[in-house]
Amino acid sequence: MKRAASAPARAEETASRRETLKKVLRAVGGQRLLLPASLLLAAAAVLCQLTVPILFGDAVDGILGPGRVDFPLVADRLIRILALSAAGALLTWLMGLVNNRLVYRTVRGVRARAIRRIQRLPLAYLDAHSAGDLVQRVIADTDQLADGLLLGFSQLFSGVVTIGVTLFFMFSKDAAITLLVLALTPVSFLTARFISSRSYRLFRAQTELRGRQTARIGEMVGNAKVVKAFGREAAEAARFDEQERELCDCSRRAVFYSSLTNPSTRAVNNVIYALVALVGALRILTGGLSVGGLTTLLSYANQYMKPFNDISSVIAELQNALACAARVFALIEAEPEPADAPALLPPARGLVELRHADFSYDKQRPLIEDLCFRAEPGTTTAIVGPTGCGKTTLINLLMRFYDVDRGGVFVDGTDVKDVARRSLRQNYGMVLQDTWIRNGTVRENIAFGRPEATDDEIVQAARDAHSWEFIRRMPDGLDTVLREDSLSQGQKQLLCITRVMLCRPPMLILDEATSSIDTRTEIRIQQAFARLMQGRTSFIVAHRLSTIQNADRILVMRDGRVVEQGDHRSLLARNGFYAELYRAQFAGEDDPAADR
Amino acid sequence: MKKLKGFLKPYRRDCVLAPAFKLLEAGMDLLVPLAVAAILDRGVAGGDRAYVVRLFVLLVALAAAGVLFSFTAQWFAARASVGVASDLRRSLFRRILDFSYAQLDALGQDTLITRMTSDVNQVQTGLNLALRLLLRSPFIVFGAVVMAFTIDARCALILAAAVPVLAAVVFGVMLTCLPLYAKVQAALDRLLGITRENLTGARVIRAFRAEEREVAAFDRQSDALTRLSERVRRWSALMNPATYLLINAAAVLLIRQGAVRVQLGTLSQGDVVALYSYMAQILVELIKLASLIITINKSLACARRLSGVLAVEPGLPLSGAAAAPAETDGGAAVRFRGVSFSYEGSGEEAVRDLTFAVPRGRTVGVIGGTGCGKTTLVNLIPRFYDATAGTVEVDGRDVRLYPPGELGRKIGVVPQRAVLFEGTIRGNLLWGDPEAGDDALWRALDLAQARDVVEGKDGGLDAAVEQGGRNFSGGQRQRLCIARALVKRPEILILDDSASALDLATDLRLRRALRGLAGSATVFLVSQRVSTVRTADLILVLDDGRLAGVGTHDELLASCGTYREICASQSAAGLSPETGVTA
Repeated sequence: MKRAASAPARAEETASRRETLKKVLRAVGGQRLLLPASLLLAAAAVLCQLTVPILFGDAVDGILGPGRVDFPLVADRLIRILALSAAGALLTWLMGLVNNRLVYRTVRGVRARAIRRIQRLPLAYLDAHSAGDLVQRVIADTDQLADGLLLGFSQLFSGVVTIGVTLFFMFSKDAAITLLVLALTPVSFLTARFISSRSYRLFRAQTELRGRQTARIGEMVGNAKVVKAFGREAAEAARFDEQERELCDCSRRAVFYSSLTNPSTRAVNNVIYALVALVGALRILTGGLSVGGLTTLLSYANQYMKPFNDISSVIAELQNALACAARVFALIEAEPEPADAPALLPPARGLVELRHADFSYDKQRPLIEDLCFRAEPGTTTAIVGPTGCGKTTLINLLMRFYDVDRGGVFVDGTDVKDVARRSLRQNYGMVLQDTWIRNGTVRENIAFGRPEATDDEIVQAARDAHSWEFIRRMPDGLDTVLREDSLSQGQKQLLCITRVMLCRPPMLILDEATSSIDTRTEIRIQQAFARLMQGRTSFIVAHRLSTIQNADRILVMRDGRVVEQGDHRSLLARNGFYAELYRAQFAGEDDPAADR
Repeated sequence: MKKLKGFLKPYRRDCVLAPAFKLLEAGMDLLVPLAVAAILDRGVAGGDRAYVVRLFVLLVALAAAGVLFSFTAQWFAARASVGVASDLRRSLFRRILDFSYAQLDALGQDTLITRMTSDVNQVQTGLNLALRLLLRSPFIVFGAVVMAFTIDARCALILAAAVPVLAAVVFGVMLTCLPLYAKVQAALDRLLGITRENLTGARVIRAFRAEEREVAAFDRQSDALTRLSERVRRWSALMNPATYLLINAAAVLLIRQGAVRVQLGTLSQGDVVALYSYMAQILVELIKLASLIITINKSLACARRLSGVLAVEPGLPLSGAAAAPAETDGGAAVRFRGVSFSYEGSGEEAVRDLTFAVPRGRTVGVIGGTGCGKTTLVNLIPRFYDATAGTVEVDGRDVRLYPPGELGRKIGVVPQRAVLFEGTIRGNLLWGDPEAGDDALWRALDLAQARDVVEGKDGGLDAAVEQGGRNFSGGQRQRLCIARALVKRPEILILDDSASALDLATDLRLRRALRGLAGSATVFLVSQRVSTVRTADLILVLDDGRLAGVGTHDELLASCGTYREICASQSAAGLSPETGVTA
């Protein structure tokens, strides 16, 4: 049953692999002259290298015995050998250089396409994929592709040529021995296949056990503190030992079986070598072959097997590379955001309206339905609600990270879908709760929205946002390079506020941090926010009661919907969800009204 | 590295036998050219068919013996390398669990996981290859030269001269490339960093319309990586052609010399063929040796890192005799006397000069902003860390004087990050007390408001918990973690901001249930929210590592400026008369 079911699946897999191969070849084809150059060089190098054993054979034939050495002939062959070796070496080296350039430029092109696509992908795509997975595609997968292609270009083609030319030369020396070698070739493969099919099963088991163990290690070592807090060290070590014993057993056998492949094929090849020696010697006795001819054949018999082994490992590597390429191309070919309207939104006054807007992430599960509200220029709108109620969805719609499904978002009466995203976003300043600080200098981070800003402007913005105080104390001031851990959470937030302060856009989107920072920084952030919000249309995802109370309008969200709108007083008077939320969050547990 | 040598000891026999059998196999390989020479000289030249056939049988016998020796060697090598890796993992696992919190912080848990997984695997591979090949290749190289000398000293000199030249080329290229590879890796890491920033910062980048600048920065780094990669490959592409040319040049010299010697009658045609074969063997082995040394180098680096972990002596030392009896200290369950603590490698003190006492059976709130030292304070009670100054006492006894394990039995901790382990719900709860019966488990679940979590899963208490508890929501995990600590029925219960993901109503019910513990257990509630701690018997207010105030909600409102500020920023009811709403 299983076998039958897997056949079409396998066919599909081959088809998609072929599709990927085509894409890779198209990418390689971008390097026009290099590809034919690589193939030509490979063929020429192989020809040179394979002629050399023939010349050696000739030379040996010139050394028959005492007094029977043909010095001119030997000298002639040896000079030719030197010339051909030099030519072969040079051609091989050139081929290496061409392949390097070909492969690394191709991969650079693929990466460039990937990063460009990332900038144009809808955020829905980026939100649905983990950053780690996408990074893996752009970096590790392309790197694997480069390795695979390099190996393929340097060995696959020359391997095939080598086999063909070797057989041709061998035939020209002695057809019978060549046929013998040809007939025995499959034995070597079958031996390898026999062993690898045995060890494959063991390897699968080992991979599974190892995966389980890695997960256990991650769980236990990653949470070693919890293990210790409960005094479970000995018990967990005992459980680990048990798992380890099983893995050790399986691993030993897997490692052993897999290490039999090489000696076995080598043994088979040695037997083939012996047979060539035997038959060759007998043929010399009957006069069908010279000693030099046999030397050549023996040397070919040795070389002839090598490309086979190479090719099988190259093909395995290439399949791996293709799998990686498929993942990169899936990213590159992902559907980008719909094209932007060419019209630009002029600097806005700041009237923001949502008219009968519908939106949901999953079209099966309606989220925002028929939402209307109007934020007058210069007013503050607070968005409140319990964790996970979809407050960030509103940010997504206002910034056009996502587009509404029906209805519209209007700025100064213009539907934002009718203007370029960039021109809309230019009118907004955004400070998110999970602060994003790039690995660069303080200056680069602050001037992120206005790279042309002067130092005076940057310092002024930092003063206004209360970040100058800590920036000033950093070792290199604005030139200090920031790393992941060089700033506290509060400082990061102040830096992000500074970034917006420098741009002074007419509209703001702010996301108050849920966790409070130390009291002084907290107050500084609130002051910076207040300063920023002066005279600007602001939307603020609010957690602080003071922020909420001071807002002109509050949108109360629950399960992705706006359930109430109004100001603090009127909402409390309504005694609905907002009042409930307010009491639960800001009142104590003695308040009976908080208990539902 | 000394630490690691001990791990080889149980496998001493395998470590000797594996290379020994490998050398026997290599010996077989070295005999092949001699046999072929004999076929040519005695068999062919003498017209002796029977001799040719005899030597063919010998060649096949050599191949058969070679493969048998080789199999034996592989078996011993697999036994030793896998065994050593397995012993290493077991020792590391125990050692890591024995580390103190401070040591775990210093070494980093991600690093430790890497040590236990990929580093150990790399050591296994390296050891396996070293046992099989490290001796074999040099043996064949020298063996080939020696064999050549038995044929003809003059010609053998050419081989002997070729070996160091070839070795110089092979290892020269390798040594040139190694540091360049490190540079390529660093460039790749930088490109990875940029890509990651572009993904994690996608919203900010678009909000500030920086897409094109980001692409340009990526392209610059991508170019740098491409240039470096091409440079290192330019060198490594030299290896094959250069050795190929050298070996052929040496062979040319050899045959020229051989021709003269044959003419003089001191050498046979077969001998020349044999010498030529030895030449080829030497080249193959030198190239194998070079790639082997790269692998072994990597493994040695991993081994050094492992031995670094094993060299760290675990644990917090007991500073005094365990004999000191518990004093009755006016019923104080926990007392801090002038306690300061700084994390290793950090100059600043995380908490400074804390002095307070908590009577038994009371509920204590610990409040303050992020990074003000709340978690540090509660971590000192179960002695997860040792105070750098002052003393922490539990039940009137210095925590450092408790025998191992006893302190842990008294105290239940619910950490900030709710972690469940793969297995079943029951298995996780039993961490609190392996002896607990179902009734005890359900009581703890009720208290933790987690009954509905368990009842909502197929299998109830025996429902499966996936890795890290990912088949539960954040709030469900937190409640189960609280239940796990409650199963222990601890005298002191510490909840470190461990209800943050609960919805408001559940959170309220939980707080009420915990107040029911009053009298039987001392409870520490760590939080950033005034609403969580305001009804506690005692509130500790922390600001930047210092104790800014101790007292009840009302006392602190009257006396503590920091507490008032916190309340103001959260506008706890009662402090904001302008809203017209008071609790």
